[in-house]
Amino acid sequence: MYIIVIGGGRLGYYLLKALLSEGHEVLVLEKDVRICKTITDELGSVCFRGDGCEASTLAEVGTGRADMLVAVTGDDEDNLVSCQVAKHKHNVPRTIARLRNPQNAALFKKLGVDVTISTTDLIIEAIEREVPTHAATELLTLDEKGLVIVDVKIAPESTTVGKAVKELSLPKESKLALIIPSKGNAHVPASNTVLQAGDQIIAITSPETKEALKVALRGG
Amino acid sequence: MKIVIMGCGRVGARLASLMDEEGNEVTVLDNDTYSFRRLPSSFGGTALFGNGIDEEAQKRAGIEEADIFVALTQGDNRNVMSCQIAKHVFNVPRVMCRIYDPLREEMYSALGMETISPTKVFAQLLKEKIEKTGEKAED
Repeated sequence: MYIIVIGGGRLGYYLLKALLSEGHEVLVLEKDVRICKTITDELGSVCFRGDGCEASTLAEVGTGRADMLVAVTGDDEDNLVSCQVAKHKHNVPRTIARLRNPQNAALFKKLGVDVTISTTDLIIEAIEREVPTHAATELLTLDEKGLVIVDVKIAPESTTVGKAVKELSLPKESKLALIIPSKGNAHVPASNTVLQAGDQIIAITSPETKEALKVALRGG
Repeated sequence: MKIVIMGCGRVGARLASLMDEEGNEVTVLDNDTYSFRRLPSSFGGTALFGNGIDEEAQKRAGIEEADIFVALTQGDNRNVMSCQIAKHVFNVPRVMCRIYDPLREEMYSALGMETISPTKVFAQLLKEKIEKTGEKAED
């Protein structure tokens, strides 16, 4: 795959190294001549000095044949414009933008950026996974299908402990996929499966009904 | 008319005071309060500290009731992003964007944004002036 990385900062640099070692054709676009030289000295001609927001620069590095453009500069607005220029001027099939402000995720999607990655969100998700008391963790988002896979833990004080799955008022859009009890093997829940304290439930739901699902599983 | 201006530089401050003099409701947004020194003491609008590429800051500036949003910071990309927020998130009826880079300006204009490239306008103006003087010299 031919991948263009915008921004040769620390993130761009390590991304470049990782993608090169996976055998991809990668090119970093970096405005700063010194950073460009450092990368070129170490890794060969994989860094091009220029502004990744300029259509002409992107044309020079053959963005038209790129499979993917990843914008990882430290500024959200620069990442947005890079992705938009790549999309609209060079028809790059897949664009990925790094976000500083996690609240920009919805906006970027609306404006045509295919994937957004926010370090803040990633760290928060990691914390949620680490903290066992946390009620519901989003494991995976299936953007194309508009679904999320969540992990809900049943606390001992939950009012749903001892209730069967059929007694729960689950949202229509939700499906329980798996129950991992605190002891014993994971099993696929049936309608008469009774919830136990310490159960970990893997469920699939729409983002809008995530909260409702949590409430249905743990009690009000 | 309610107008929100992002960037209180020379152009932003001047536009703000002109629109204010004509009795419009003007809010100027800048992420450096020192920029507000450019506003005349007679300025009757609101000068607000905040970053225009932040939805929250735009909301505080009253973007939801605004008739016009104008982006006039030094950064083309900041202008582009704030205008897209104003247009696509807050549905401001008229959004105007300054973009220095002519190529970028053409692209966003093609995407339906009302854009102005000072680079293009000023170069054209100078060219016309030069040609006029040329005619004069020939006389």
